[in-house]
Amino acid sequence: MTEEEIGLLEAEEHPLDGYLRKGRIPHIWCPGCSLGSVMTVIIEAIKETDIDPKNISVISGIGCTGRTAGYLNFDSFHTTHGRAIPFAIGLGLTDPNRKIIVISGDGDLASIGGNHLIHAARRNADITVICVNNFQYGMTGGQVGPTSYKGQFQTTAPYSNLEEPFNLPELVKSCGATYIARWTALDVRRVKESFVEAINHKGFSFVEVLGACPTTYGRRNQLREGIAILESFKERAVIEHGIDTEKVAISKEGPIIVGKFVDIHDKPTLTDNLLSIQRMATASKDKGA
Amino acid sequence: MSDNKENTPMVNTGEYFTSGNLAVAEGSLAAGCKFFGGYPITPSSEVAEHMSIKLPQTKGHFVQFEDEIASIASILGASWGGWKSMTATSGPGYSLMLENIGLGIMTETPCVIVNVQRAGPSTGLPTLVGQQDIQQARWGSHGDYEIIALSPNSVQECFDLAITAFNLAEEFRVPVTILMDETIGHMSEKLVIPEKEKIEIVNRKKPTDEADGHLPYKADEDLIPPMAVAGEGYNVITTGLTHDERGYPALEADAQKVLLTRLLDKIRKNKDKIIRLEEYMLDDAEFVIISFGISSRAAKGAVNLAREKGLKVGYLRLITIWPFPDERIAQIAEKVKAIFIAEINSGQVTKEVQRVVKGEAEVHGLLKLGGAIHTPSEIVEEIERRLK
Repeated sequence: MTEEEIGLLEAEEHPLDGYLRKGRIPHIWCPGCSLGSVMTVIIEAIKETDIDPKNISVISGIGCTGRTAGYLNFDSFHTTHGRAIPFAIGLGLTDPNRKIIVISGDGDLASIGGNHLIHAARRNADITVICVNNFQYGMTGGQVGPTSYKGQFQTTAPYSNLEEPFNLPELVKSCGATYIARWTALDVRRVKESFVEAINHKGFSFVEVLGACPTTYGRRNQLREGIAILESFKERAVIEHGIDTEKVAISKEGPIIVGKFVDIHDKPTLTDNLLSIQRMATASKDKGA
Repeated sequence: MSDNKENTPMVNTGEYFTSGNLAVAEGSLAAGCKFFGGYPITPSSEVAEHMSIKLPQTKGHFVQFEDEIASIASILGASWGGWKSMTATSGPGYSLMLENIGLGIMTETPCVIVNVQRAGPSTGLPTLVGQQDIQQARWGSHGDYEIIALSPNSVQECFDLAITAFNLAEEFRVPVTILMDETIGHMSEKLVIPEKEKIEIVNRKKPTDEADGHLPYKADEDLIPPMAVAGEGYNVITTGLTHDERGYPALEADAQKVLLTRLLDKIRKNKDKIIRLEEYMLDDAEFVIISFGISSRAAKGAVNLAREKGLKVGYLRLITIWPFPDERIAQIAEKVKAIFIAEINSGQVTKEVQRVVKGEAEVHGLLKLGGAIHTPSEIVEEIERRLK
C-alpha cells in the first residue's frame, strides 16, 4: 500500500481510532489470520474495563503475535523472543496501578519463554498473558512448536510431529495461575468477556486464544483457508467451564475444550508479597536492624 | 517515605570496613536504584543479598528471577517504568544477558549490570579471580554497538563507580556494565559514604513537548533523545527492530544507517565525558604499565618497585575500559619505549593496545590466565626480562 493509500484509509473515521498507532496500519498479518480480530477484541476489552489508557502497558515478544504491541496506541513494548513476561514484570512492579498485558504467540511464550511463563504463574505475578496459539511458528515459515499436536505436519516436521504438545491451561494451572480461560478466535464475544475478566483480575491471568494460520499451518494440514480452520474450531469446540484442565489437551481430531477453567481470588500476588516485604523491611529498619 | 515514582537515593553516610560487592550495592542505592532483578551466581551473590535487605527499606523492589535472562529483561522493564534498575552477575550469567543488553542498547534503556568476573571459559574457576569478560562486554551481544564499561580497583571505587555508572546510563541512555573481578568483589577495605548532598546524581532527560506528535527517538543535538516512560501519557513505544524517530519499525538500509550511526556516535562523540583514567609517574616514563581492576593494584606497586631499581616506569589505569581510550594511549606510545599490560586473561586489553599503538612502542602482555593475581615483583621481573 502506498503512503497516499494509507493516508486515504486513515482519513476515514474508524471506531478504533486513537487505539491504533497512526501510520502503522496496514498490519503485516496474512489474509485469513486471526490476529487482526484478536487485536480488535483486546481494544474492545480495554475500552470496556474503563481503565485510564495511560495506566495500560502492552508487551510482546517476537513472532507474528509479537507484532501486536507495536500497533496498539498505549505504552507498548516489543521485546526479545520469549522475554516479554520478565520485562512486563519489571515494568509492572514500578507502579501497582499499571495494568500489564502481555500478548504473544505459543512458541514465544511456551517454548523459548516457557521458563518465564511457569515462574510468572508460580509467583502469581500481576500480569495478563494472552497467548495466541496457532500450533506452530508462523513468522519463521511454519516450523513445528511446543503446541503442535501429534500427527501435525510442519516445515521441520515433514514426516509428521510425533511429540506430545503442551496443554497450556494445565501447565499454567499446575504452576499456580489464578485465572485461566481458553477460546477459539471465532468466538470473539466470549474472548472479549475473558479478556475483560483477565485484565480486571488481580494476579496472574492467562487466556489462550486458538488462532488460524492458513499460510504456514493450514496449508500443510488440509486446512488451506483461514475459514477452514475456523470451521474446524466451530465443529470441534465444546464449552466446559470449570473443567479439570487435565482434560483439555488438544489432539488432531478430538474435541477442543474451551471455557473459563480457573478463577481464584484469594491468593496473594507478587505485588502483594513485595509490598508486605517492604513493610517488614521498614519495621526492621526502624528497629535499627 | 517518598512517593513510589521517585528514584529516592538511599545514602547510608558513614565509614565502613566492607567488601567491594557490598560497596557496589551501596553505591547503587546512593545513585537512586530502586529495582534489582537478579539470579544467584558466585562471586557476585553478595550484591543481590545486600540489595534484598536494603531495597525494600527504600520502597524499591528486589526480585530473584528464574534466570539471568529474566533478570536483565526485568530491569529493562523497570527502567521503562521510570525506576533506576540494576542486576549483578558473573561471566556465565553475563553471557545469558547479552541478547537483552542488545535490546537495552537498541531501545536506549538506562540500566546497570555488575559483572564480578571469575575465570572461565564455561564454569571455569567460580570462586577465583578472572578478567576475561573484557571483550565479552564489548562485543558479546550481536550486531554493532558502542557500550560503556567501568572497572573499579578498590572497595571505595566500587561505591563511587556505581554512582558514575548510573549517571552515565541515565545521561547516555545506554546499559552500563561495571566490570569488577572476584578479588575486588570479595576483599574488604575502608569505604567512606559521603553525605547525600555531596553526591552528584544525573537523571535522564524528560521530553518537554506535547504528547501529541511527540517523536520518542528524535535526538537533541547531543544525539540523545529525551525519555518519556510508561504512565506519562506519551504512549511510549520500544522495539528491538530498526526504527525511525517515531519508534516505528523501519526495515530498510537507510533507516538502519541513520539509527545505528546515532547509537554509535552518541558514545563515540562523547568519549571525553565518559573516559576516566588514572595516571602516575608518566612524565618521565620510558616504560609504562597499563592495567585495570585488581591487576592495577599490583601494577602500581610494580611501578614503585621499578623506580627504586632506577627503571623509569609509569602507570596508566583504565577506569573506563569501554569506550577505549585510544587517543591517550596513542599519545603515550609516542613517548615511551615499551608498554606492558598487566591483566588476568590471555591478552584482551593487550590486543586493544596493540591496535592503538600501531608499532610506535613495543607492547607486551603480562598475562595471567585466571585464578591468581599478579605480584608487583613478578611484574618487575617480567619487565626486566623483556628489556634484556
